[in-house]
Amino acid sequence: MNFVTPEIAWAPLAPIIIVLGAAAIGVLIEAFVRRPATRRTIQLGFGLVVLIAALGTTIAQWAALEGGGTTVMQFMLTVDRQALAWQTVILVFGILGIILFAARTRAGEPAFTALGSASPGSLEETLARRRGLEVTEVFPLLLFAVGGMMLFTCVTDFVFLFVALEVFSLALYILVALARRRRLMSHEAALKYFLLGAFSSAIYIFGVALIYGATTQTSFAPVGRAIDVISDRDPLLLTGVVLVLVGLLFKLGAVPFHSWTPDAYQGAPTPVTAFMGAATKAAATAALVRILYTSLYPLEWEISWMIWAVACLSMVLGTVLALVQTNVKRMLAYSSVAHAGFILVAFAGLTNEAVAALPFYLLAYGLATIGAFAVVSQVRERTEDGSVGAEAVRLGQWAGLGKRSPLLAGAMALFLLSFAGIPLTAGFIGKFEVFSAAIAGGGWPLVLVAVIASAVAAFFYVRLVVLMFLTDVPEGIEDAVEVEDSPLATLVVVVTAAGVIVLGVLPAGVLSVFESAAQFLVLSNG
Amino acid sequence: MFPFLTILVALPAAGAALLWALPAPARARSREIAIGVTGLELVLFVVMALQFDKADAGAFQFSETYAWIPQIGTSWALGVNGFGLLLIALAVILTPLAILAAWREDTDLKARRDYLALILVSLSFMVGIFAARDVFLFYVLFEAMLIPLYFLIGRFGGLQRRYAAVKFLLFSLAGGLVMLVGVVALYFQGPGGEDGFLTDRLTGLELSTTTERLLFLSFFLAFAIKAPMVPVHTWLPDVAESARPGTTALLVAVLDKIGTFGMLTLCLVLFPEASQWAAPGVIVFAVISVIYGALLAIGQKDMLRLVSFTSVSHFGVMILGIFAFQQTSIEGAALYMFNHGLSTGALFLLVGFLVARTGTADVDAYGGLQKVVPVFAGYFLVVGLSSLSLPGLSPFISEIMVFVGAYPVAAVAVIISAISVVLAALYILLTYKRVFTGPPREELAATRELTVRERLVVGPLIALMLLLGFLPGIAIDYLSAPSADAVSQVAIEEAGA
Repeated sequence: MNFVTPEIAWAPLAPIIIVLGAAAIGVLIEAFVRRPATRRTIQLGFGLVVLIAALGTTIAQWAALEGGGTTVMQFMLTVDRQALAWQTVILVFGILGIILFAARTRAGEPAFTALGSASPGSLEETLARRRGLEVTEVFPLLLFAVGGMMLFTCVTDFVFLFVALEVFSLALYILVALARRRRLMSHEAALKYFLLGAFSSAIYIFGVALIYGATTQTSFAPVGRAIDVISDRDPLLLTGVVLVLVGLLFKLGAVPFHSWTPDAYQGAPTPVTAFMGAATKAAATAALVRILYTSLYPLEWEISWMIWAVACLSMVLGTVLALVQTNVKRMLAYSSVAHAGFILVAFAGLTNEAVAALPFYLLAYGLATIGAFAVVSQVRERTEDGSVGAEAVRLGQWAGLGKRSPLLAGAMALFLLSFAGIPLTAGFIGKFEVFSAAIAGGGWPLVLVAVIASAVAAFFYVRLVVLMFLTDVPEGIEDAVEVEDSPLATLVVVVTAAGVIVLGVLPAGVLSVFESAAQFLVLSNG
Repeated sequence: MFPFLTILVALPAAGAALLWALPAPARARSREIAIGVTGLELVLFVVMALQFDKADAGAFQFSETYAWIPQIGTSWALGVNGFGLLLIALAVILTPLAILAAWREDTDLKARRDYLALILVSLSFMVGIFAARDVFLFYVLFEAMLIPLYFLIGRFGGLQRRYAAVKFLLFSLAGGLVMLVGVVALYFQGPGGEDGFLTDRLTGLELSTTTERLLFLSFFLAFAIKAPMVPVHTWLPDVAESARPGTTALLVAVLDKIGTFGMLTLCLVLFPEASQWAAPGVIVFAVISVIYGALLAIGQKDMLRLVSFTSVSHFGVMILGIFAFQQTSIEGAALYMFNHGLSTGALFLLVGFLVARTGTADVDAYGGLQKVVPVFAGYFLVVGLSSLSLPGLSPFISEIMVFVGAYPVAAVAVIISAISVVLAALYILLTYKRVFTGPPREELAATRELTVRERLVVGPLIALMLLLGFLPGIAIDYLSAPSADAVSQVAIEEAGA
C-alpha cells in the first residue's frame, strides 16, 4: 500500500484550528498563571474572544464559499455550507456555555469544584476551598469539546469521525465530574457516562470495521457507492451499519441508548448540563444527517425501521418517564430523550426539507435548553446557617417561584413552552419544520405519534409552570429557597429568551440561511 | 389603505405591554388604562365597520397581506367578511364590559394589572383569529391564545382553578396538535410556495376523498373541543365553575365561537366534500349536545356550571345550523354566535355579580332575592329569558332561523332539538324561582342592589339584544352574502360529486 501525503486545504479548517489551538493554549495558561481568580478571568476572556473569532471566521467562510464547499482532505473532511451552519450553531452554544461556566453566586461560589482530585468531604477539599482554589481547566475543556464537535460536523470518514467523537466526548466526561456540590453524584454520573460512552464508542468502531469488511471503504461517499453496487444485502454490511447508528444514537440520547442521560444531566454541574444537552445533540444530529444523506441513503429502506422504532420509543418513553420525575434536572433530561425522538422523526423518508429543518430545530431546542438550565443554576437551597446552598432541584421547591422572582420564572416558563412547542416560540417553528419534513417524506404515522407525545409532554412542562405561577409557597419554608442573580447567568437567560422569542415570531431570516445550507458536497470520484 | 385590522390586533397587545411596563406607583391606574385601550379599540372598530361594504359582505375586506415566514409559506394575511366582522364586534364589545365587571375584583394592584393585561392579550388574539386569512396564522393564534387563557383561569378564580386550567389546556392542546398535523398536510396538498397557506389558495383543491376526510377530521376535532361539543365538552363546566365569571363570560361568549367560526369558515370552505360526508354524524352529535346539555343544566346546583351547560346546548344548535348547509340555517347559526355571546356573556356576568355578593354559586343558598334586590332580579329575568329564546330578544330570531332553515333537510334533528326550548324554560325559570322568589332568606337580607357600574355592564348587552330582537335585519345584512357563499361552496361539490 502506497502512502501518499494528503494535500490539505487548511483555510476552510480555520475555525476549528482556532478553537483547538486556543484550547491547547488554555492548558498552558493553566500551567503558568498561578492566582485562581486571575486565571479564571484570563480563561474566560480568552475563551470568549476565541469563540467569537471562530464564529466570525465561520461566517467569513460561509461568505467566501464557492461552488458548494471544499473537500479538505479528499474523502476525509468536507467543509460545505451544511457543515458551516452546524458549526455556527455549536459555536453559539459554546459562547453561551462559556459565559454560564463562569457564573458565580453572590457569595462568589463557582459551579465547579475547588480541586477535582480531592475526594469529596476530605481535608484536601476543605483546604482547597479555603484557599480559594478553582478548577479553571473547565474553560480549555469546553474549547476542546467545541472544537471536537465542530470537527464532528464536517468529517466525512467513519474512522476520522471516531477521532472527533472522542475529542469532544473525553472533554465532556471530565466536565461532568467537576460539580462543586453533590460531588459523589457528579462522580457517579461521570463514571456512568464514561463507561457507557466508551462502550458505545467500541460498538461504533466495531460497526465501522464491519462496514470496511463489506465495502473495503471507510469514507462516506465511497461507502455509499459501494453499498449501491452490492446487490444482495450483505449481513456484514447491515450489522455494521446498525452498530454505527447505535453509536451515534447513543450520543443523541435516543431510547434504548439513553440510559446515561438522566444521571449525567442530574449529576453534572448545571452549566455543563446546559452546554452538553444543547451541543452534543446538535453535533450528533449533524453527523447523523451527513451519514444518512451522503453514505447510507441506498439502505434507506433497510434502516428506516430502526429509525422509526427508535423515534417512537424515544418519544413515548421519554415523555412517560418525564411525567413521573420529581427532580427538575431529571425531568429535563427525559424531555431531552423525547426531543431526540422528535429529531429522528425528521429522518422519515430522508427528505431535503429535513436537512433544512434540523439545524433550526436544534438551534431552537439548544437555546431553550441552555436557558432552562441557566435558570436551574440560579434557584438555590438555603442552608441552615443562612448561606446559599446547592441547587433546589426538587419540583416542590419551585412552588411560588413566580411570585419570588417573576422575570426568572417567566423566562423558565417561556423555555418550557418552547419545549412544548407552543406557537410564537422557537420550539413551535422547529416542530412545525420537522413535522413538515416528515409528512413530506411519508412519515405521517410518526408525526401522529409525535403529536400525541407532544400533547402528553405538555402536561409535565405545564406542571412546572403551574408550580411556579399558580401555587403558593408552602408555609413555613418561605426562606428555604433563594434565587441568585448572577449577572453572567442572567445574561445567558436574557439572550436565550430573546432568541427563543425572535426565532418564534420572525424566523424567516434564519430559516432561509439554513435552507441555503441544505446541500452536501459529495466528491463523485477521487 | 389604512391597516385597520393590524392595528386592531396590535392595539390591545400594546396596551398589555404598557400595563406590564408601568412603574409601581402608576399601577393604580391600570383599570383606567385598560378601559381606555379597549374603548379606543371599540371606536376604531366602529369606524372600520362603518366603511365595511355590506353589499359585498361575502368577500374579505380591509385585506392586508405581508410575507411573514415565506420559507414555511405563511403570510400575515388579515381580512374580514360578514362573519368575521360580527364576531370581532362581539369581542370588542364584551371585553371592555368584562373589564368593567372586574373593576373591584382585585385589591392587589399587581394581580389586577396582570389580570387586565392578560385580558388585553386575549383580545388581540381573538381579533387576530377572526380576521386571519391564512391557515397557519389562524393556527398560531389559535394555539398561542391558550397561554393568556391558561393564566387567566389558573391565577384568578376559585379553589379548583388550577385543575380547571390544566384540564382546559390539555384538552385544547390535544385538539390543537391534531389540527397541526392537518395544517401541515394541507399545505402539501395545496399549491405550496411562499404564500401557500393563504385560505384563498387552499380553497377548491382537488383532494382525494380519504385525504380530504382525514384533514376535515383533524380540523373538526380541534373546533369541536373549542366549541364545546359533546363528548369533548367536559372541560367547560369545570372552567366555568372555577374561573372568574368575567373570564368565563369572555371565554364562552367569544372564544368558544372560534370553534363554530372555524367550522364555518375553514371546514366548510376548505373541505366541502368531506363536510357533506360528515354532516349526518356531526348533526347527530350536535343534537345530542343540544339535549344532553339542556338536561344536565337542569340538574346543576351550581349556577356557573348551569350556564355553561346551557351553552353546550346552544352551541349544539349553532353546529346543527352550520351543517344543515341551508342559507337560512347558516345565517341563523352565524347570528346565533353573536346573540349567544350577548346573552350568555350577560348571564355569566350577572351570576358573577351574585357570587361576588354572597360568595357562592349554589342555587340552594339563595331564595327570595326578588324582594331584596328587585332591579337585580329584573335584569336577571330579562337575560334569562333571552337565553331561553323569548321572542323580542335577539337569540329567539337566530334559533328560529336555524330550526326553520334546517327543517327541510334535517327534520328529525330539528324536531328533537326543539325540545330544548322547553328544557331551556325549565332550567332558566326553575333557577329564577329558586333564587329570586319565595320568602327572602334572613342571611341574604343585606344583599346589595345592582350598582350603577354593574348596570352599565349588563345594560348595553340587554339593549343590543332588544335592538337585534326587533331589527335582526341590521345584522343579517352582513351575514347573507357570506352564508350564500358557504352554501354554494358545498353545493358545487355536491353537484360535482
